[in-house]
Amino acid sequence: MQNENEKQNTAEDIIVCRDVHKWFGDFHVLRGVDATIKKGEVVVVCGPSGGGKSTFIRTINRLEEHQRGDIIVDGIELTTDLRNIHAIQREIGMVFQQFNLFPHLKVIDNVTLAPIWVRRWSKDKAVQVAMELLERVGIPEQADKYPGQLSGGQQQRVAIARALAMQPKIMLFDEPTSALDPEMIKEVLDVMVELALSGMTMIVVTHEMGFAKQVANRIMFFADGNIVEENATDEFFVNPREPRTRLFLSQILTH
Amino acid sequence: MTVQSEVLKPPRTEVGLLGWLKKNLFSTWYNILLTFLSIAFIYVVLRAILTWVLRDARWEVVTTNFQVFMIGRYPIKELWRVLVSLGIVVLLAVLTWIFRKAEGPVRRWLVIGWLLSLPLIGILLRGFSRESTFLPQVSEDVWSGLMLTLILAVVGIVASFPLGVVLALGRRSELPVIKVLCTVYIEMIRGVPLISVLFMSQLMLPLFLPPELRLSTVMRALTGMTLFSAAYTAENVRGGLASIPRGQYEAARAVGLNEVLVMILIVLPQALRAVIPAIVGQFISLFKDTTLVAIVGLLDLLGIAKSVVGQQEFIGLHKEVYAFAAVIFFIFCYILSYASRRLEQALGVGER
Repeated sequence: MQNENEKQNTAEDIIVCRDVHKWFGDFHVLRGVDATIKKGEVVVVCGPSGGGKSTFIRTINRLEEHQRGDIIVDGIELTTDLRNIHAIQREIGMVFQQFNLFPHLKVIDNVTLAPIWVRRWSKDKAVQVAMELLERVGIPEQADKYPGQLSGGQQQRVAIARALAMQPKIMLFDEPTSALDPEMIKEVLDVMVELALSGMTMIVVTHEMGFAKQVANRIMFFADGNIVEENATDEFFVNPREPRTRLFLSQILTH
Repeated sequence: MTVQSEVLKPPRTEVGLLGWLKKNLFSTWYNILLTFLSIAFIYVVLRAILTWVLRDARWEVVTTNFQVFMIGRYPIKELWRVLVSLGIVVLLAVLTWIFRKAEGPVRRWLVIGWLLSLPLIGILLRGFSRESTFLPQVSEDVWSGLMLTLILAVVGIVASFPLGVVLALGRRSELPVIKVLCTVYIEMIRGVPLISVLFMSQLMLPLFLPPELRLSTVMRALTGMTLFSAAYTAENVRGGLASIPRGQYEAARAVGLNEVLVMILIVLPQALRAVIPAIVGQFISLFKDTTLVAIVGLLDLLGIAKSVVGQQEFIGLHKEVYAFAAVIFFIFCYILSYASRRLEQALGVGER
């Protein structure tokens, strides 16, 4: 862990957010967020609900538009220019709480769709890569089923494979295990741990503190539209500085 | 040690024909009463119908005029063109049935075949110029009978569907001009009966089109029906579009699809599938509404029926003629609704 941290200190910044603001109507969701994520880093974002953590990661791939401040992803600035937005969306894979698989397409077609239509791969190549990814998330035998025929955990693993098929540089996870039955959480977390150890840059909104302790380099604690505390994982759990962080940790770690 | 429960047969009175009868027809005293009343009612009605159909009705009015019902005033000399058209459709239908489970290129060829069949049949039926020896022109004005009904319905359905989808998308557009235009169009058409749209298309279309382009009555009626039906299709499709959850758009954008691809690959396939029953219902009513073209002077199946009723030698045989027309309409509408059910089942695989 120590070594990896040092290595990453020299790595380049892949996401830079400066003074990012966002309003939903009158409600000020993001209140000047500053954050930098380095290549290969795994950052866990946690905090009470309504604190803006989901909105924050959704601004990074423009599912939500920020209204003030700068977001720069892999050297491309996120502006209203559609070319920039599409370029950034191609670099970023996203996994949703509700999976959001395409129910009218078979699993294999869910995974190959974007590579074929956006990356313009041949069907053979896309299928080959998709099967490797389904192998990696442990469900190659489900390739010809429809999403509705799979369990929640399997669907979420397909969703991870679908995001990885575009060969993104960054993966965003928006509460990936919150909609799952308890016995399926582990199978999804296992895939995410493997992905983290493979060197993928990841931002994960989650309450799975076990996962955070295992693979996160840093934790960001979000509340009231901003990062209240941000620290290396060990420090965060052992020596939380802010009272709000301590309160939050005591609430989620008591059981 | 496990307890082995014995597997028993159900009591005789619970299963089989007797069980079914007892459960569904003779369970209580009022059910028994209802059963006997229904049997009596069915007997009386069926007896009356069958006596008329098999004994009293004079079907020679239908058999003698069969060709008139089918193709109306289409010249007999050119009858083969209608038969070839029919053959093309039957051939395609049979091929589609045989390859209904096939995927890949076969499917693509079938779709191409169906798409090509329409203009091909159009050319075949209409022909080229009046002077040409090969396929001389048969003006649309003599198209009539069931043939006209089917042409109006099929072309109306095929043409109004894409137009309706475009209108539905336009109504949801973020560009105010497009949105307002589509909304006004849809609401205007929906606020007006088909008859007035048909009249308008007869009278107004020539005003908008350049004088060299003179459309026949059939073409103008077709335009009117298409414009009318498209507005309804648009509203149905809009309902389907509204049923697609936000997460689908987000997931599609997150994997890098642009707005057009999100629509074509993700949203429309799901939205259209959701509204198949509504759209087929609308097409069935469009099919029956083709009878309204009588008011602009066209002789569809019902128009022909009216003129047959007026024939000297068959005076007074309304019932036979209209019963025949009703059966024809029923057959086609039933085929449509049967096809819709099959389509729903076929596409329903893996639905959430």
